[in-house]
Amino acid sequence: MGEMTRAWPVDTLARVPFWVYQDEANYRAELRRIFEGPTWSYVCLESDVAKPGEFRTTFVGEMPVIVVRGQDGDVHAFENRCGHRGALIALDDAGSVKNAFQCVYHAWSYDLRGNLIGIAFEKGSNGRGGMPSDFCKADHGPRKLRTTTLCGLVFATLSPETPPIEDYLGAEILGRVRRVMDKPVQVLGRFTQGLPNNWKLYFENVKDTYHASLLHAFFGTFRITRLTQGGGVLVSPDGAHHASYTIGVPEDAKSAAYREQGIRSELDGFRLADARLLDSVDEFNDRIQLQILTVFPNLVIQQVQNSLAVRQILPKGVEAMELHWTYIGFAGDDAEMRQRRLRQANLVGPAGYVSMEDGCVGGFVQRGAAAASDELSVVNMGGEGTESMDTRATEASVRGFWKAYRRYMGY
Amino acid sequence: MLERVVRLNADYARAIDDDRLEDWPGFFTEKCLYKITSADNHRRGLEAGVIYADTNGMLRDRVAALREANVYERQTYRHLVGLPALVGTQGEVTRAETPFLVVRIMRDGTMDIFATGRYLDALVDDGGALRLRERVVVCDSGRFDTLLAIPL
Repeated sequence: MGEMTRAWPVDTLARVPFWVYQDEANYRAELRRIFEGPTWSYVCLESDVAKPGEFRTTFVGEMPVIVVRGQDGDVHAFENRCGHRGALIALDDAGSVKNAFQCVYHAWSYDLRGNLIGIAFEKGSNGRGGMPSDFCKADHGPRKLRTTTLCGLVFATLSPETPPIEDYLGAEILGRVRRVMDKPVQVLGRFTQGLPNNWKLYFENVKDTYHASLLHAFFGTFRITRLTQGGGVLVSPDGAHHASYTIGVPEDAKSAAYREQGIRSELDGFRLADARLLDSVDEFNDRIQLQILTVFPNLVIQQVQNSLAVRQILPKGVEAMELHWTYIGFAGDDAEMRQRRLRQANLVGPAGYVSMEDGCVGGFVQRGAAAASDELSVVNMGGEGTESMDTRATEASVRGFWKAYRRYMGY
Repeated sequence: MLERVVRLNADYARAIDDDRLEDWPGFFTEKCLYKITSADNHRRGLEAGVIYADTNGMLRDRVAALREANVYERQTYRHLVGLPALVGTQGEVTRAETPFLVVRIMRDGTMDIFATGRYLDALVDDGGALRLRERVVVCDSGRFDTLLAIPL
Protein backbone atom coordinates (compact mmCIF):
# COMPACT_ATOMS: atom_id res chain seq x y z
CA MET A 1 0.00 0.00 0.00
CA GLY A 2 1.48 3.33 -1.04
CA GLU A 3 2.19 5.70 1.78
CA MET A 4 0.57 9.08 1.41
CA THR A 5 2.31 11.94 3.07
CA ARG A 6 -0.29 14.66 2.72
CA ALA A 7 -3.65 15.50 4.22
CA TRP A 8 -6.54 16.84 2.15
CA PRO A 9 -6.59 20.59 2.88
CA VAL A 10 -10.30 21.40 2.65
CA ASP A 11 -13.63 19.77 3.27
CA THR A 12 -15.59 21.18 0.33
CA LEU A 13 -15.69 19.30 -2.96
CA ALA A 14 -15.40 22.66 -4.73
CA ARG A 15 -11.65 22.95 -4.09
CA VAL A 16 -8.87 20.58 -5.15
CA PRO A 17 -5.20 20.89 -4.19
CA PHE A 18 -2.78 20.93 -7.13
CA TRP A 19 -0.37 18.49 -5.47
CA VAL A 20 -2.85 15.76 -6.30
CA TYR A 21 -1.60 15.96 -9.92
CA GLN A 22 2.07 16.13 -8.91
CA ASP A 23 2.80 13.96 -5.93
CA GLU A 24 4.61 10.67 -6.61
CA ALA A 25 3.58 8.99 -3.36
CA ASN A 26 -0.03 9.95 -3.97
CA TYR A 27 0.18 8.49 -7.47
CA ARG A 28 1.52 5.17 -6.15
CA ALA A 29 -1.32 5.13 -3.63
CA GLU A 30 -3.85 5.71 -6.43
CA LEU A 31 -2.60 2.67 -8.30
CA ARG A 32 -3.11 0.51 -5.18
CA ARG A 33 -6.27 2.00 -3.76
CA ILE A 34 -8.17 2.86 -6.93
CA PHE A 35 -6.96 0.85 -9.93
CA GLU A 36 -5.98 -2.27 -7.95
CA GLY A 37 -8.71 -1.56 -5.42
CA PRO A 38 -12.47 -2.22 -5.41
CA THR A 39 -13.18 -0.66 -8.83
CA TRP A 40 -14.01 -2.07 -12.24
CA SER A 41 -11.44 -1.17 -14.89
CA TYR A 42 -12.51 -1.45 -18.52
CA VAL A 43 -10.05 -3.80 -20.25
CA CYS A 44 -11.39 -4.62 -23.74
CA LEU A 45 -14.42 -5.38 -25.85
CA GLU A 46 -15.96 -8.81 -25.62
CA SER A 47 -15.60 -9.08 -29.39
CA ASP A 48 -11.82 -8.66 -28.98
CA VAL A 49 -11.78 -12.08 -27.31
CA ALA A 50 -14.64 -13.69 -29.17
CA LYS A 51 -13.35 -17.27 -29.38
CA PRO A 52 -11.62 -19.56 -26.86
CA GLY A 53 -7.89 -18.79 -26.79
CA GLU A 54 -8.25 -15.27 -28.21
CA PHE A 55 -6.55 -12.73 -25.99
CA ARG A 56 -5.72 -9.05 -25.62
CA THR A 57 -3.07 -7.52 -23.43
CA THR A 58 -3.75 -4.26 -21.64
CA PHE A 59 -3.35 -2.64 -18.23
CA VAL A 60 -5.26 -2.17 -15.02
CA GLY A 61 -3.61 0.99 -13.74
CA GLU A 62 0.03 0.17 -14.44
CA MET A 63 -0.43 -3.57 -13.96
CA PRO A 64 -0.05 -5.42 -17.27
CA VAL A 65 -2.87 -7.91 -17.76
CA ILE A 66 -3.90 -10.62 -20.19
CA VAL A 67 -7.58 -10.90 -21.00
CA VAL A 68 -8.44 -14.21 -22.64
CA ARG A 69 -11.52 -16.25 -23.54
CA GLY A 70 -11.31 -19.63 -21.82
CA GLN A 71 -12.28 -23.01 -23.23
CA ASP A 72 -15.31 -22.73 -20.94
CA GLY A 73 -16.44 -19.64 -22.83
CA ASP A 74 -15.81 -17.32 -19.89
CA VAL A 75 -13.48 -14.33 -20.08
CA HIS A 76 -10.51 -14.58 -17.74
CA ALA A 77 -7.95 -11.98 -16.76
CA PHE A 78 -4.65 -12.30 -14.98
CA GLU A 79 -1.51 -10.32 -14.47
CA ASN A 80 0.81 -10.47 -17.47
CA ARG A 81 3.75 -11.45 -15.26
CA CYS A 82 5.47 -14.78 -15.06
CA GLY A 83 5.39 -16.26 -11.58
CA HIS A 84 9.06 -17.14 -11.93
CA ARG A 85 11.17 -14.07 -12.68
CA GLY A 86 8.41 -11.62 -13.50
CA ALA A 87 8.78 -11.30 -17.27
CA LEU A 88 5.81 -10.46 -19.45
CA ILE A 89 4.05 -13.67 -20.45
CA ALA A 90 2.33 -12.36 -23.60
CA LEU A 91 4.18 -9.89 -25.80
CA ASP A 92 1.55 -9.01 -28.40
CA ASP A 93 -1.39 -6.60 -28.17
CA ALA A 94 -3.70 -9.36 -29.29
CA GLY A 95 -3.55 -12.89 -30.58
CA SER A 96 -4.71 -16.41 -30.08
CA VAL A 97 -3.29 -19.37 -28.17
CA LYS A 98 -4.42 -22.97 -28.15
CA ASN A 99 -4.78 -23.67 -24.48
CA ALA A 100 -1.71 -22.24 -22.77
CA PHE A 101 0.61 -19.24 -22.60
CA GLN A 102 4.32 -19.83 -22.30
CA CYS A 103 6.82 -17.34 -20.93
CA VAL A 104 9.71 -16.91 -23.39
CA TYR A 105 12.33 -16.54 -20.64
CA HIS A 106 12.36 -20.05 -19.08
CA ALA A 107 9.30 -21.58 -20.75
CA TRP A 108 7.04 -21.66 -17.70
CA SER A 109 3.51 -22.14 -18.94
CA TYR A 110 0.05 -21.05 -17.85
CA ASP A 111 -3.45 -22.18 -18.66
CA LEU A 112 -6.14 -19.76 -19.81
CA ARG A 113 -7.10 -18.99 -16.21
CA GLY A 114 -3.55 -17.97 -15.33
CA ASN A 115 -2.68 -21.14 -13.42
CA LEU A 116 0.95 -22.19 -13.57
CA ILE A 117 0.83 -25.61 -15.23
CA GLY A 118 4.32 -26.28 -16.51
CA ILE A 119 7.92 -25.66 -15.45
CA ALA A 120 10.71 -26.51 -17.87
CA PHE A 121 13.12 -29.04 -16.34
CA GLU A 122 10.96 -29.18 -13.22
CA LYS A 123 12.58 -32.53 -12.36
CA GLY A 124 16.02 -31.33 -13.43
CA SER A 125 18.28 -32.95 -15.98
CA ASN A 126 19.75 -36.43 -15.56
CA GLY A 127 18.55 -36.47 -11.98
CA ARG A 128 20.31 -33.24 -11.04
CA GLY A 129 18.96 -29.75 -10.47
CA GLY A 130 15.29 -29.06 -10.88
CA MET A 131 12.79 -27.49 -8.54
CA PRO A 132 12.53 -28.60 -4.91
CA SER A 133 10.00 -31.39 -4.56
CA ASP A 134 7.85 -29.28 -2.24
CA PHE A 135 7.52 -26.42 -4.74
CA CYS A 136 3.79 -25.81 -5.19
CA LYS A 137 2.85 -24.54 -8.62
CA ALA A 138 -0.55 -23.43 -7.38
CA ASP A 139 1.16 -20.88 -5.11
CA HIS A 140 3.23 -19.30 -7.87
CA GLY A 141 1.13 -17.81 -10.58
CA PRO A 142 0.36 -14.27 -11.65
CA ARG A 143 -2.37 -12.49 -9.73
CA LYS A 144 -5.84 -13.26 -11.06
CA LEU A 145 -8.53 -10.68 -11.64
CA ARG A 146 -12.27 -11.17 -11.64
CA THR A 147 -14.00 -10.15 -14.84
CA THR A 148 -17.49 -9.09 -15.71
CA THR A 149 -19.13 -8.22 -19.00
CA LEU A 150 -21.75 -5.61 -19.75
CA CYS A 151 -23.13 -4.78 -23.18
CA GLY A 152 -20.05 -6.15 -24.94
CA LEU A 153 -17.61 -4.41 -22.58
CA VAL A 154 -15.22 -6.39 -20.40
CA PHE A 155 -14.22 -5.07 -16.97
CA ALA A 156 -11.71 -6.50 -14.52
CA THR A 157 -10.99 -6.04 -10.83
CA LEU A 158 -8.38 -7.35 -8.43
CA SER A 159 -10.56 -6.87 -5.38
CA PRO A 160 -13.01 -9.48 -4.07
CA GLU A 161 -15.07 -6.57 -2.73
CA THR A 162 -15.99 -4.79 -5.93
CA PRO A 163 -19.80 -4.95 -6.21
CA PRO A 164 -21.55 -6.38 -9.29
CA ILE A 165 -21.18 -4.00 -12.24
CA GLU A 166 -24.89 -3.15 -12.24
CA ASP A 167 -24.71 -2.02 -8.60
CA TYR A 168 -21.36 -0.36 -9.16
CA LEU A 169 -22.82 1.86 -11.91
CA GLY A 170 -26.27 2.44 -10.46
CA ALA A 171 -29.51 2.17 -12.42
CA GLU A 172 -29.35 5.56 -14.10
CA ILE A 173 -25.84 5.25 -15.56
CA LEU A 174 -26.46 1.59 -16.39
CA GLY A 175 -29.41 2.68 -18.50
CA ARG A 176 -27.20 5.18 -20.31
CA VAL A 177 -24.62 2.48 -21.09
CA ARG A 178 -27.34 0.19 -22.42
CA ARG A 179 -28.75 3.03 -24.51
CA VAL A 180 -25.62 3.17 -26.69
CA MET A 181 -24.15 -0.31 -26.41
CA ASP A 182 -27.36 -2.03 -27.39
CA LYS A 183 -26.15 -4.16 -30.31
CA PRO A 184 -23.11 -6.28 -31.24
CA VAL A 185 -20.29 -3.86 -31.99
CA GLN A 186 -17.81 -3.78 -34.82
CA VAL A 187 -14.42 -2.14 -34.40
CA LEU A 188 -13.69 0.53 -37.03
CA GLY A 189 -10.20 1.49 -35.86
CA ARG A 190 -7.91 1.96 -32.88
CA PHE A 191 -5.59 4.81 -32.00
CA THR A 192 -3.52 5.76 -28.98
CA GLN A 193 -3.05 9.32 -27.82
CA GLY A 194 -0.24 10.11 -25.40
CA LEU A 195 -1.21 12.98 -23.12
CA PRO A 196 1.31 15.06 -21.17
CA ASN A 197 -0.72 15.20 -17.99
CA ASN A 198 -1.85 13.31 -14.92
CA TRP A 199 -4.68 10.88 -15.67
CA LYS A 200 -7.13 12.73 -13.41
CA LEU A 201 -6.90 15.91 -15.47
CA TYR A 202 -8.28 14.02 -18.44
CA PHE A 203 -10.95 12.23 -16.45
CA GLU A 204 -12.10 15.57 -15.00
CA ASN A 205 -12.04 17.12 -18.46
CA VAL A 206 -14.39 14.45 -19.80
CA LYS A 207 -16.75 14.97 -16.88
CA ASP A 208 -16.57 18.75 -17.24
CA THR A 209 -19.69 19.85 -19.13
CA TYR A 210 -18.82 23.51 -18.54
CA HIS A 211 -15.79 23.66 -20.85
CA ALA A 212 -17.31 22.06 -23.93
CA SER A 213 -18.62 25.09 -25.81
CA LEU A 214 -15.86 27.36 -24.46
CA LEU A 215 -12.70 25.40 -25.24
CA HIS A 216 -14.05 23.64 -28.31
CA ALA A 217 -14.89 26.50 -30.65
CA PHE A 218 -15.63 24.37 -33.70
CA PHE A 219 -19.42 24.26 -33.46
CA GLY A 220 -19.61 27.92 -32.50
CA THR A 221 -17.20 29.17 -35.16
CA PHE A 222 -19.10 27.49 -37.94
CA ARG A 223 -22.39 28.64 -36.43
CA ILE A 224 -23.51 25.09 -36.29
CA THR A 225 -26.58 25.46 -34.21
CA ARG A 226 -26.59 22.33 -32.20
CA LEU A 227 -30.38 22.23 -32.40
CA THR A 228 -30.26 22.19 -28.69
CA GLN A 229 -33.33 22.35 -26.65
CA GLY A 230 -31.73 21.01 -23.58
CA GLY A 231 -29.33 18.71 -21.96
CA GLY A 232 -27.92 17.95 -18.62
CA VAL A 233 -25.69 15.79 -16.55
CA LEU A 234 -26.46 12.66 -14.57
CA VAL A 235 -24.16 11.80 -11.70
CA SER A 236 -24.24 8.41 -9.98
CA PRO A 237 -25.11 8.58 -6.26
CA ASP A 238 -21.51 7.85 -5.23
CA GLY A 239 -20.27 10.54 -7.59
CA ALA A 240 -17.99 8.18 -9.48
CA HIS A 241 -19.75 7.85 -12.84
CA HIS A 242 -21.58 10.33 -15.02
CA ALA A 243 -23.43 10.80 -18.28
CA SER A 244 -23.88 14.18 -19.92
CA TYR A 245 -26.18 14.65 -22.86
CA THR A 246 -27.54 17.14 -25.36
CA ILE A 247 -31.03 16.83 -26.77
CA GLY A 248 -32.00 18.03 -30.22
CA VAL A 249 -35.10 20.04 -30.97
CA PRO A 250 -38.03 17.89 -32.04
CA GLU A 251 -38.16 18.14 -35.77
CA ASP A 252 -38.76 16.29 -38.92
CA ALA A 253 -35.34 14.68 -38.87
CA LYS A 254 -35.63 13.63 -42.49
CA SER A 255 -35.90 17.18 -43.72
CA ALA A 256 -32.70 18.13 -45.47
CA ALA A 257 -33.99 21.67 -45.75
CA TYR A 258 -34.29 22.01 -42.01
CA ARG A 259 -30.82 20.63 -41.57
CA GLU A 260 -29.39 23.09 -44.03
CA GLN A 261 -31.01 25.95 -42.23
CA GLY A 262 -30.07 24.62 -38.87
CA ILE A 263 -26.42 24.09 -39.43
CA ARG A 264 -25.59 27.21 -41.36
CA SER A 265 -25.93 30.80 -40.46
CA GLU A 266 -27.10 33.39 -42.93
CA LEU A 267 -25.00 35.98 -41.26
CA ASP A 268 -21.44 34.91 -40.91
CA GLY A 269 -18.58 34.10 -43.23
CA PHE A 270 -17.61 30.72 -41.90
CA ARG A 271 -19.45 27.83 -43.36
CA LEU A 272 -18.57 24.24 -43.83
CA ALA A 273 -17.78 23.56 -47.46
CA ASP A 274 -18.99 20.01 -46.96
CA ALA A 275 -21.79 19.88 -44.41
CA ARG A 276 -22.20 16.11 -44.77
CA LEU A 277 -19.92 15.97 -41.75
CA LEU A 278 -22.96 16.69 -39.63
CA ASP A 279 -25.49 14.69 -41.56
CA SER A 280 -26.57 12.48 -38.70
CA VAL A 281 -29.33 10.03 -37.97
CA ASP A 282 -31.25 9.71 -34.72
CA GLU A 283 -30.18 6.08 -34.38
CA PHE A 284 -31.28 5.64 -30.77
CA ASN A 285 -34.66 7.27 -31.41
CA ASP A 286 -34.46 9.66 -28.49
CA ARG A 287 -33.12 12.87 -30.06
CA ILE A 288 -30.01 12.75 -27.89
CA GLN A 289 -27.28 14.01 -30.20
CA LEU A 290 -24.41 13.75 -27.84
CA GLN A 291 -23.80 11.61 -24.81
CA ILE A 292 -20.53 11.38 -22.94
CA LEU A 293 -20.40 8.79 -20.20
CA THR A 294 -17.67 7.91 -17.74
CA VAL A 295 -17.16 4.80 -15.67
CA PHE A 296 -14.74 5.34 -12.81
CA PRO A 297 -11.79 5.07 -13.00
CA ASN A 298 -10.84 4.53 -16.65
CA LEU A 299 -13.64 4.37 -19.23
CA VAL A 300 -15.37 6.88 -21.47
CA ILE A 301 -18.21 5.85 -23.78
CA GLN A 302 -18.84 8.48 -26.39
CA GLN A 303 -21.71 9.19 -28.75
CA VAL A 304 -21.12 12.38 -30.70
CA GLN A 305 -23.91 12.30 -33.25
CA ASN A 306 -23.21 8.97 -35.01
CA SER A 307 -19.58 8.77 -33.99
CA LEU A 308 -19.22 6.11 -31.31
CA ALA A 309 -16.07 5.25 -29.42
CA VAL A 310 -14.82 3.78 -26.21
CA ARG A 311 -11.82 5.46 -24.66
CA GLN A 312 -9.66 3.71 -22.10
CA ILE A 313 -7.59 5.88 -19.74
CA LEU A 314 -4.22 4.42 -18.75
CA PRO A 315 -2.05 6.21 -16.18
CA LYS A 316 1.64 6.26 -17.16
CA GLY A 317 3.35 8.00 -14.27
CA VAL A 318 2.50 11.19 -12.41
CA GLU A 319 2.60 13.46 -15.45
CA ALA A 320 1.68 11.18 -18.35
CA MET A 321 -1.17 9.00 -19.52
CA GLU A 322 -2.41 7.25 -22.59
CA LEU A 323 -5.84 7.38 -24.09
CA HIS A 324 -6.74 4.28 -26.09
CA TRP A 325 -9.45 5.06 -28.61
CA THR A 326 -11.53 2.29 -30.13
CA TYR A 327 -13.87 3.63 -32.80
CA ILE A 328 -16.88 1.40 -33.15
CA GLY A 329 -20.01 0.88 -35.16
CA PHE A 330 -22.53 -1.93 -35.08
CA ALA A 331 -22.30 -5.21 -36.95
CA GLY A 332 -25.62 -4.41 -38.64
CA ASP A 333 -24.65 -0.97 -39.99
CA ASP A 334 -25.41 -0.43 -43.67
CA ALA A 335 -22.84 1.14 -46.01
CA GLU A 336 -24.31 4.60 -45.57
CA MET A 337 -24.12 4.46 -41.79
CA ARG A 338 -20.58 3.15 -41.99
CA GLN A 339 -19.51 6.10 -44.16
CA ARG A 340 -21.29 8.46 -41.80
CA ARG A 341 -19.38 7.07 -38.84
CA LEU A 342 -16.06 7.33 -40.71
CA ARG A 343 -16.77 10.97 -41.61
CA GLN A 344 -18.00 11.91 -38.14
CA ALA A 345 -14.90 10.37 -36.58
CA ASN A 346 -13.34 13.69 -37.66
CA LEU A 347 -15.12 15.23 -34.69
CA VAL A 348 -13.27 13.10 -32.17
CA GLY A 349 -9.92 11.45 -31.54
CA PRO A 350 -6.41 12.94 -31.50
CA ALA A 351 -7.29 15.20 -34.46
CA GLY A 352 -10.95 15.69 -33.58
CA TYR A 353 -12.63 19.00 -34.30
CA VAL A 354 -14.23 18.96 -30.85
CA SER A 355 -11.66 16.90 -28.99
CA MET A 356 -8.12 17.79 -30.07
CA GLU A 357 -8.01 20.54 -27.45
CA ASP A 358 -8.58 17.95 -24.73
CA GLY A 359 -5.22 16.47 -25.73
CA CYS A 360 -3.32 19.61 -24.80
CA VAL A 361 -5.37 21.34 -22.12
CA GLY A 362 -4.42 18.88 -19.38
CA GLY A 363 -0.78 19.66 -20.16
CA PHE A 364 -1.55 23.37 -19.84
CA VAL A 365 -2.84 22.74 -16.30
CA GLN A 366 0.10 20.48 -15.49
CA ARG A 367 2.56 23.17 -16.60
CA GLY A 368 0.59 26.14 -15.32
CA ALA A 369 0.28 24.71 -11.84
CA ALA A 370 3.87 23.42 -11.70
CA ALA A 371 4.80 25.67 -8.79
CA ALA A 372 1.38 25.72 -7.13
CA SER A 373 1.26 22.41 -5.29
CA ASP A 374 -0.21 24.01 -2.16
CA GLU A 375 -2.69 26.20 -4.05
CA LEU A 376 -6.26 25.13 -4.74
CA SER A 377 -8.13 24.58 -7.98
CA VAL A 378 -11.69 25.96 -8.10
CA VAL A 379 -14.56 23.63 -9.02
CA ASN A 380 -17.51 25.77 -8.03
CA MET A 381 -19.84 26.07 -11.02
CA GLY A 382 -23.33 25.06 -9.97
CA GLY A 383 -22.45 25.11 -6.26
CA GLU A 384 -20.71 22.50 -4.16
CA GLY A 385 -22.94 19.47 -4.67
CA THR A 386 -22.83 16.47 -6.95
CA GLU A 387 -26.50 16.08 -7.85
CA SER A 388 -27.69 15.44 -11.40
CA MET A 389 -28.72 18.71 -13.07
CA ASP A 390 -30.65 19.64 -16.19
CA THR A 391 -28.02 22.13 -17.24
CA ARG A 392 -24.46 21.72 -18.37
CA ALA A 393 -23.27 25.01 -16.81
CA THR A 394 -22.19 23.07 -13.77
CA GLU A 395 -19.20 21.19 -12.46
CA ALA A 396 -21.33 18.73 -10.49
CA SER A 397 -19.86 15.69 -12.21
CA VAL A 398 -16.31 16.91 -11.61
CA ARG A 399 -17.12 17.27 -7.93
CA GLY A 400 -18.62 13.79 -8.12
CA PHE A 401 -15.23 12.55 -9.25
CA TRP A 402 -13.57 14.09 -6.19
CA LYS A 403 -16.22 12.70 -3.91
CA ALA A 404 -15.49 9.19 -5.16
CA TYR A 405 -11.74 9.77 -5.36
CA ARG A 406 -11.50 10.93 -1.76
CA ARG A 407 -13.54 7.97 -0.58
CA TYR A 408 -11.33 5.42 -2.35
CA MET A 409 -8.16 7.19 -1.27
CA GLY A 410 -9.23 7.74 2.34
CA TYR A 411 -8.94 11.55 2.15
CA MET B 1 6.04 10.26 -64.20
CA LEU B 2 8.49 9.65 -61.36
CA GLU B 3 9.75 13.20 -61.65
CA ARG B 4 6.21 14.59 -61.55
CA VAL B 5 5.43 12.63 -58.40
CA VAL B 6 8.66 13.80 -56.77
CA ARG B 7 7.81 17.39 -57.61
CA LEU B 8 4.27 17.03 -56.25
CA ASN B 9 5.59 15.61 -52.98
CA ALA B 10 8.17 18.38 -52.66
CA ASP B 11 5.54 21.06 -53.21
CA TYR B 12 3.11 19.32 -50.85
CA ALA B 13 5.68 19.15 -48.05
CA ARG B 14 6.76 22.77 -48.51
CA ALA B 15 3.17 24.00 -48.41
CA ILE B 16 2.57 22.35 -45.04
CA ASP B 17 5.95 23.12 -43.52
CA ASP B 18 5.80 26.75 -44.66
CA ASP B 19 2.35 27.10 -43.07
CA ARG B 20 0.60 27.59 -46.40
CA LEU B 21 -2.18 25.22 -45.36
CA GLU B 22 -4.64 26.99 -47.64
CA ASP B 23 -2.66 25.54 -50.58
CA TRP B 24 -2.92 22.00 -49.24
CA PRO B 25 -6.38 21.06 -50.62
CA GLY B 26 -5.16 22.14 -54.07
CA PHE B 27 -2.96 19.05 -54.25
CA PHE B 28 -6.10 16.90 -54.31
CA THR B 29 -8.81 16.38 -56.91
CA GLU B 30 -12.33 17.54 -56.11
CA LYS B 31 -13.52 14.08 -55.23
CA CYS B 32 -10.74 12.49 -53.26
CA LEU B 33 -9.77 10.51 -50.22
CA TYR B 34 -7.37 11.72 -47.57
CA LYS B 35 -7.00 9.57 -44.52
CA ILE B 36 -4.50 9.29 -41.69
CA THR B 37 -4.34 5.84 -40.18
CA SER B 38 -1.85 3.44 -38.63
CA ALA B 39 -0.03 0.47 -40.13
CA ASP B 40 -1.88 -1.79 -37.72
CA ASN B 41 -5.34 -0.55 -38.70
CA HIS B 42 -4.35 -0.66 -42.36
CA ARG B 43 -3.13 -4.25 -42.09
CA ARG B 44 -6.29 -5.33 -40.29
CA GLY B 45 -8.54 -3.60 -42.78
CA LEU B 46 -9.96 -1.25 -40.12
CA GLU B 47 -11.22 1.75 -42.03
CA ALA B 48 -11.37 4.61 -39.55
CA GLY B 49 -8.80 7.38 -39.64
CA VAL B 50 -7.83 10.14 -37.23
CA ILE B 51 -8.55 12.40 -40.19
CA TYR B 52 -10.92 11.18 -42.88
CA ALA B 53 -11.90 13.38 -45.82
CA ASP B 54 -13.66 12.09 -48.92
CA THR B 55 -14.14 15.41 -50.66
CA ASN B 56 -11.96 18.43 -51.29
CA GLY B 57 -14.49 20.45 -49.29
CA MET B 58 -13.68 18.40 -46.21
CA LEU B 59 -9.99 19.26 -46.66
CA ARG B 60 -10.83 22.96 -46.92
CA ASP B 61 -13.01 22.63 -43.81
CA ARG B 62 -10.08 21.08 -41.97
CA VAL B 63 -7.89 24.07 -42.81
CA ALA B 64 -10.61 26.55 -41.88
CA ALA B 65 -11.12 24.81 -38.53
CA LEU B 66 -7.39 24.89 -37.79
CA ARG B 67 -7.26 28.58 -38.61
CA GLU B 68 -10.46 29.73 -36.98
CA ALA B 69 -11.64 27.28 -34.37
CA ASN B 70 -9.20 24.76 -33.00
CA VAL B 71 -6.85 25.55 -30.15
CA TYR B 72 -3.36 24.09 -30.08
CA GLU B 73 0.06 25.26 -29.09
CA ARG B 74 2.16 26.87 -31.81
CA GLN B 75 4.05 24.19 -33.69
CA THR B 76 5.53 23.46 -37.09
CA TYR B 77 6.47 20.34 -39.01
CA ARG B 78 9.48 19.45 -41.08
CA HIS B 79 8.62 16.78 -43.63
CA LEU B 80 11.39 14.62 -45.04
CA VAL B 81 9.81 12.79 -47.95
CA GLY B 82 11.63 9.87 -49.53
CA LEU B 83 11.65 8.74 -53.12
CA PRO B 84 8.35 7.44 -54.45
CA ALA B 85 8.04 3.90 -55.70
CA LEU B 86 5.63 3.70 -58.62
CA VAL B 87 3.73 0.56 -57.82
CA GLY B 88 1.22 0.35 -60.65
CA THR B 89 -1.11 2.01 -63.09
CA GLN B 90 -4.80 1.39 -63.70
CA GLY B 91 -6.09 3.38 -66.64
CA GLU B 92 -5.41 7.03 -65.86
CA VAL B 93 -4.45 6.34 -62.25
CA THR B 94 -0.84 5.99 -61.14
CA ARG B 95 -0.22 4.38 -57.80
CA ALA B 96 2.78 5.43 -55.75
CA GLU B 97 4.12 4.61 -52.33
CA THR B 98 6.43 7.12 -50.65
CA PRO B 99 8.04 7.03 -47.19
CA PHE B 100 8.01 10.13 -44.99
CA LEU B 101 9.32 11.36 -41.67
CA VAL B 102 7.82 14.34 -39.87
CA VAL B 103 9.63 16.20 -37.10
CA ARG B 104 7.43 18.40 -34.93
CA ILE B 105 8.95 21.59 -33.58
CA MET B 106 7.14 23.11 -30.59
CA ARG B 107 7.26 26.78 -29.62
CA ASP B 108 9.71 26.07 -26.77
CA GLY B 109 12.10 24.44 -29.24
CA THR B 110 11.30 20.84 -28.39
CA MET B 111 11.76 18.65 -31.47
CA ASP B 112 10.27 15.20 -31.72
CA ILE B 113 9.87 12.63 -34.42
CA PHE B 114 6.12 13.06 -34.60
CA ALA B 115 5.34 10.53 -37.31
CA THR B 116 6.94 8.21 -39.81
CA GLY B 117 5.15 6.16 -42.40
CA ARG B 118 4.25 5.97 -46.05
CA TYR B 119 1.91 7.74 -48.38
CA LEU B 120 -0.20 5.35 -50.43
CA ASP B 121 -1.25 7.52 -53.34
CA ALA B 122 -3.51 7.34 -56.35
CA LEU B 123 -2.49 10.11 -58.75
CA VAL B 124 -4.21 11.49 -61.83
CA ASP B 125 -3.53 14.14 -64.41
CA ASP B 126 -6.13 16.79 -63.63
CA GLY B 127 -6.15 19.34 -66.45
CA GLY B 128 -2.39 19.26 -66.86
CA ALA B 129 -1.54 19.15 -63.16
CA LEU B 130 -0.76 15.96 -61.31
CA ARG B 131 -3.14 15.67 -58.35
CA LEU B 132 -3.92 13.22 -55.60
CA ARG B 133 -7.15 11.36 -56.01
CA GLU B 134 -6.23 9.41 -52.92
CA ARG B 135 -3.59 9.79 -50.22
CA VAL B 136 -3.77 7.29 -47.40
CA VAL B 137 -1.20 8.27 -44.79
CA VAL B 138 -0.20 5.03 -43.12
CA CYS B 139 1.71 5.92 -39.97
CA ASP B 140 4.08 3.26 -38.70
CA SER B 141 2.87 3.88 -35.16
CA GLY B 142 -0.72 4.21 -34.00
CA ARG B 143 0.31 6.43 -31.09
CA PHE B 144 0.04 10.19 -31.48
CA ASP B 145 1.60 12.55 -28.98
CA THR B 146 -0.79 15.12 -27.49
CA LEU B 147 -2.79 15.90 -30.62
CA LEU B 148 -2.65 15.96 -34.38
CA ALA B 149 -3.62 19.36 -35.76
CA ILE B 150 -1.53 20.08 -38.86
CA PRO B 151 -2.01 17.44 -41.57
CA LEU B 152 0.74 14.99 -42.47
